[in-house]
Amino acid sequence: MKMLGEFVKGVWRENPTFRLALGLCPTLAVSTSVINGIGMGVAATFVLVGSNIFVSIIRSKIPNKVRIPCFIVVIATFVTIADLFMKAYTPALSRSLGMFVPLIVVNCMVLGRAEAFSSKYPPLRSIFDALGMGLGFTWALILISAIREVLGNGTIMGVLINKNFQPPLFMILAPGALLTIGLLIGLINYITSRR
Amino acid sequence: MDFSVYITIIISTVFINNFILSRFLGLCSFIGVSKQTVPAVSMGAAVTFVTTMASLITWLIYNYILIPFHLEYLRTISFILVVASFVQFTEIIIQKKSPALYRIFGIYLPLITVNCAVFGVTVLNTDVFFLAGKPVDYSLLKSIVQGFGAGAGYTLAMFLMSGIRERLEFAEIPRSLKDIPITFIIASLMSLAFLGFSGFKI
Repeated sequence: MKMLGEFVKGVWRENPTFRLALGLCPTLAVSTSVINGIGMGVAATFVLVGSNIFVSIIRSKIPNKVRIPCFIVVIATFVTIADLFMKAYTPALSRSLGMFVPLIVVNCMVLGRAEAFSSKYPPLRSIFDALGMGLGFTWALILISAIREVLGNGTIMGVLINKNFQPPLFMILAPGALLTIGLLIGLINYITSRR
Repeated sequence: MDFSVYITIIISTVFINNFILSRFLGLCSFIGVSKQTVPAVSMGAAVTFVTTMASLITWLIYNYILIPFHLEYLRTISFILVVASFVQFTEIIIQKKSPALYRIFGIYLPLITVNCAVFGVTVLNTDVFFLAGKPVDYSLLKSIVQGFGAGAGYTLAMFLMSGIRERLEFAEIPRSLKDIPITFIIASLMSLAFLGFSGFKI
């Protein structure tokens, strides 16, 4: 039951994107199409789970003073694995995500979970925490990228919706991303305050 | 040596491809530290210093260690370690040598370690100024200039945003849009303004 709680909290109550506002750079930069969003979400979840397990296992071994560099090395290792893997098996996705795959290493969400959760709790709970956070991050990315792809490109998952619709280019460019996330966080604040 | 190339790099990183407003790098600190002008500008100065120096150091490491030994796949790990240790090193030096400067941007230095802008510019340098594993002409100087330009663009965006947010304290904003959401909406309008620079031919 406790495990389920760790899993669920990342999806809604402590959603990394909407509630904690962490890991925003990749969220906004890659959310131009749903495929990119899913790819980024899966890659970040992989890094989160891997680094959370590892940090949790070595948590009693590392001295407190050098813990941040240690976490960063662990995270960077998993990011490199994910990067090479994507280059080999999904080259098109890897090209469209570009430099944002290596940039997962400075994603505050991953380091934040290592510092706030997995350096304090045993591996099993850390896995559930990482999976929940990863899922929360992924659905947030899918939602933002779906809105931007439909409004800015007139397609969903690459399929044209209505050929009479003239998509405003604005939504696919930088301002559209910032506007979408601003309004979404506002909407979620409104929903939570109504309850 | 053509001097105009470097001016082009600076203009393009500060205005056309501003690191925060069109590349989305360094957003976390942009949202977090932009409430007041003085801390925002100090943070910008600290970031500019670190991006410039990190561009230099990572270029040397990439060109003289990673490429000769065919270790390009270690780029992520080595660069993040170099950036993190450089930031720590700077913090210690500043604390010892200049307490006044330390008070101004010392507390922001640890935050810079995981600032995407710093790591982003080092990755961007190796993507842009190395072609097929070989540095382009004046690659080192171009990297440093791009590092400086990235920091300057970051400072500009921080300065503009903090000025707006200081006035925003007195505005009546719907309760659910307060703080973070309204900052994003303003950033969106700023980014729309900066979009006016795109397509510039220089």
